[in-house]
Amino acid sequence: MDKNKIQEELKNIIAIYVPEKEILDNLTLEHDLINDLKINSAHIVDIVLDVEEKYDIMIEDDVIMQMGTIGQAIDVIHGKVQEK
Amino acid sequence: MINNRVVITGIGVVAPNALGAADFEVALKEGRSGIRFFEESQSLNFRCQIAARPLITDAYKARYFDDYYQNKLENKAIIYACLAGFEAWENAGLSYSNDQIDFDSGMVIGSGALGMDSTTADIWSKIISGNNKRLGSRAIPQCMSSGAAAYLNKILGLGNRVLSNSSACITGTESVLLGYEHLKLGKAKRMLCGSTEGDGIFIWGAFDAMRILTSDSNEDPTNGSRPMCNSRLGFIPGSGSGAMVLETLESAQSRGAKIYAEILGADVNSGGFRDGGSMTAPNSNAVIHCMKNSLHQAKVSSDEIDLISGHLTGTKGDSTEIKNWKKALGCTQDQFPLINTAKSMIGHCIAGAGSIELVATLIQMEKSFVHGNYNIKEVDPDITAEIPLDRIPMKTVDKEINTAIKANFAFGDLNCSIVLRKWQDG
Repeated sequence: MDKNKIQEELKNIIAIYVPEKEILDNLTLEHDLINDLKINSAHIVDIVLDVEEKYDIMIEDDVIMQMGTIGQAIDVIHGKVQEK
Repeated sequence: MINNRVVITGIGVVAPNALGAADFEVALKEGRSGIRFFEESQSLNFRCQIAARPLITDAYKARYFDDYYQNKLENKAIIYACLAGFEAWENAGLSYSNDQIDFDSGMVIGSGALGMDSTTADIWSKIISGNNKRLGSRAIPQCMSSGAAAYLNKILGLGNRVLSNSSACITGTESVLLGYEHLKLGKAKRMLCGSTEGDGIFIWGAFDAMRILTSDSNEDPTNGSRPMCNSRLGFIPGSGSGAMVLETLESAQSRGAKIYAEILGADVNSGGFRDGGSMTAPNSNAVIHCMKNSLHQAKVSSDEIDLISGHLTGTKGDSTEIKNWKKALGCTQDQFPLINTAKSMIGHCIAGAGSIELVATLIQMEKSFVHGNYNIKEVDPDITAEIPLDRIPMKTVDKEINTAIKANFAFGDLNCSIVLRKWQDG
């Protein structure tokens, strides 16, 4: 699966948890979910659930720690989808 | 001691027969019923298969909710409370900002069995089936008894006391009493007060098991709730939320706010499960004590009362309630004021009842009418033995209401009574 497509889909998934939507217009791979996008840390688990449902994958708790930035999250999703 | 005067400057409501205060006014006047049949209740073998719940639309939610609240708030008790609360705040002419906190404002938003809303079914089934990992972060915030206040305050940013009371069917009136006392003591300038109840098969089924709901109207839902009627059989479970902005008179006047009414007095007590009081029935002595205390505090005599907003659920206790009102007011038959309840239209909204009915009372005071007590074919003779028939309007009548008294009674032998006076400009 194309990483650009995942990025677009991930953007749609996280949008609802981002308090200031303007930042989504210029979303980069380097954006940190908590520090840059200001997503409440409690919502990371909600985003993981939404991602698991969307791609029919399982993301283990230790892997969640590796999803700090948009780029890292895309890599995790991409890897899991490939493994399927 | 600080002894501020306290007024009401904003109202909001989500009721089974109307969304928002403007529509609620129309619904009360025309006697619109919010009671409907539910197939699910039938398939689950409930005796009472009718109930009253607000019909929330996405369009109505979009008026007050951002996309997160629109999509991720699931618990109906919280949704109702947020809609009513935001409406009341806006109605009072107040605003909020995302980066400021208001330490002069607080809230008391109560609930009854918030965690029994039918939307919690998904939570329990995931846990029972070993999939708790799939719950996400919202299960606890949307089941905790303070959930409604928490979600309201996430948006409003109030920094004073934020409290969630829970006292069954007096929760709504008690929320106003708690805000009133806090403001009287000068501990805040504004308090958003209200209450909420969710709905669905868990709450309805559990009340149904107590054999206190109407069971003869499954095919005639709008006729199911018959307070004061000789043929009444029980109450109809309802849900929804009412909210009011309480404010010190000084604060309201300094910002030129529209004032609906002044709270003149309020009392809450318990019958202590003594003298006939029980889990489900009130101790009449305590009821009368509570009503009298609120009148005494208000310095209002019974001949000044223009309207009683009763509890009057449609159970056998209605006739006892009338007797208690008469004793508390200490009046003769002819001196008894008009009395009504919205429950024929909206059922008994449990913890939401007090706040929704207070909003109804404020609307009637503002617009000078007394809504009808619908569904009465023949008034219970035990009631007409106490008061003249014409004190129970069966359709809406125009009337100036300067002073009103409102009471609710609750499981756990709890009583709450509030005296309101319409605000006269100048």
